[in-house]
Amino acid sequence: MYFRLFALQGSWNYETLLGTGIGFVMEPALRLLPGGIKGEAYRSALARESRYFNAHPYLAGVAVGALTRAELDGVDPVRIERFRTALAGPLGSVGDRLVWASWLPFCSLVAIGVYGAGGSALSVVGTFLLLYNAGHFLLRAWGLRIGLSRGLNVASALGNPVLRQGPDYIGRAAALMGGVALPLGLQRIAGPGRALAGGIIGAALIGILLLARLRERAEGWRIALGVLAVFVLYSVLT
Amino acid sequence: MSLAEALPIGLLGALLGLDVVSFPQAMISRPIVAATLAGAFIGNPPAGLLIGVVLEMIALDTLPFGASRYPEWGSASVVGGSLFAAQAPSMPGALPATLLAALLTASISGWSMVVLRRTIALRLERVRDRLEDGSRDSLLSLHLTGMSLDLLRGALVTITAMLIFSPLVRAIVAVWGSESAASRAVVVVIAAIVAGGALWKVFHSVRHILWFFLAGLLVWSATLVMNQ
Repeated sequence: MYFRLFALQGSWNYETLLGTGIGFVMEPALRLLPGGIKGEAYRSALARESRYFNAHPYLAGVAVGALTRAELDGVDPVRIERFRTALAGPLGSVGDRLVWASWLPFCSLVAIGVYGAGGSALSVVGTFLLLYNAGHFLLRAWGLRIGLSRGLNVASALGNPVLRQGPDYIGRAAALMGGVALPLGLQRIAGPGRALAGGIIGAALIGILLLARLRERAEGWRIALGVLAVFVLYSVLT
Repeated sequence: MSLAEALPIGLLGALLGLDVVSFPQAMISRPIVAATLAGAFIGNPPAGLLIGVVLEMIALDTLPFGASRYPEWGSASVVGGSLFAAQAPSMPGALPATLLAALLTASISGWSMVVLRRTIALRLERVRDRLEDGSRDSLLSLHLTGMSLDLLRGALVTITAMLIFSPLVRAIVAVWGSESAASRAVVVVIAAIVAGGALWKVFHSVRHILWFFLAGLLVWSATLVMNQ
């Protein structure tokens, strides 16, 4: 099941979101139900677990483990359905905050910092992949283990300090790292020569302030695309 | 660039595009990794790394939250890394023109993910009754088809982008009129603004966050002074 977790989102779609993926991951364990894959218990459990579900993919192991334990223990299907509904929201929001909005940007900034400090391609890529996936693989393994061991009582595991306070600590570390890594990285990209350095810093600060004020109303990458297109057009025509 | 030349790069784009959502989400699709791998594939990893870092800074703005629509950076970074690694480093227009190609590819590739998700939903509708009966074969078929289609999507996006942008970037670089330092500076400013804005967007609710960022800047300034 652990290895199947990495392919959890293979059939992600706008109807069932992660649902069919949850069924796909749990399928090997459900073969242990009475009657095996020809049995009624297997078929109804597989159908139930393949319905709509949403969670952060790395924390979905918590649900997979807990639901597997519940199915194998013969828990009432109505209770399992209620549990699925209740668990989906928290697993999504906790995972989004911890992974997408904290761990991933932090690891990116560390890698940019290694680049800025003069790191080679191998050291930058190696640092990023090792650091990021240490957290990634551990989180998936922890989720599956805690789900399998606690079954439907797994909700208390979401109170784990790493899940609750982790995003704040990682966020602060990322901000600190951003202050060091971004200028270091940009310095290396800009190359030697300080003639334009003042202009670059000034323009960047003004731009960041403007973008920070716009926050949710504008997507920075779209603005970047537009500005870059205009600059390329200008450079081609002049 | 011929189709035969684009095919191996397309395969790399397919594998890294698959990593974005379907398998294994180990972030080998992040620009800093994918563009470097593409650069290494062409024989110039430092060039791939350089554009990978620029794209990584811009990608900080688009985190892959659930069902939200976002650019697909895996295949786009392969396109960016390959195109930039194939240019002469002294050409002033190489970085801006390649970056534009990569951003356009990311945007189109993000749209292709929406199409893929709708296609899987349509297939799901066709087998819904069998899934409700607990059919193992239907579930496995749906899941593996989804992953195969995602692989195909990444390959098609990468190959198409390479065939379109390879001659286009070469043509742009050949007639480029802005000077080298200014061209590099524009890219650096854009990356700095997007990355800085993204960090603020993601972390502004964390207490004392600005102080931590300023402390980081102080560390950077200290290293700058010490190195002079």
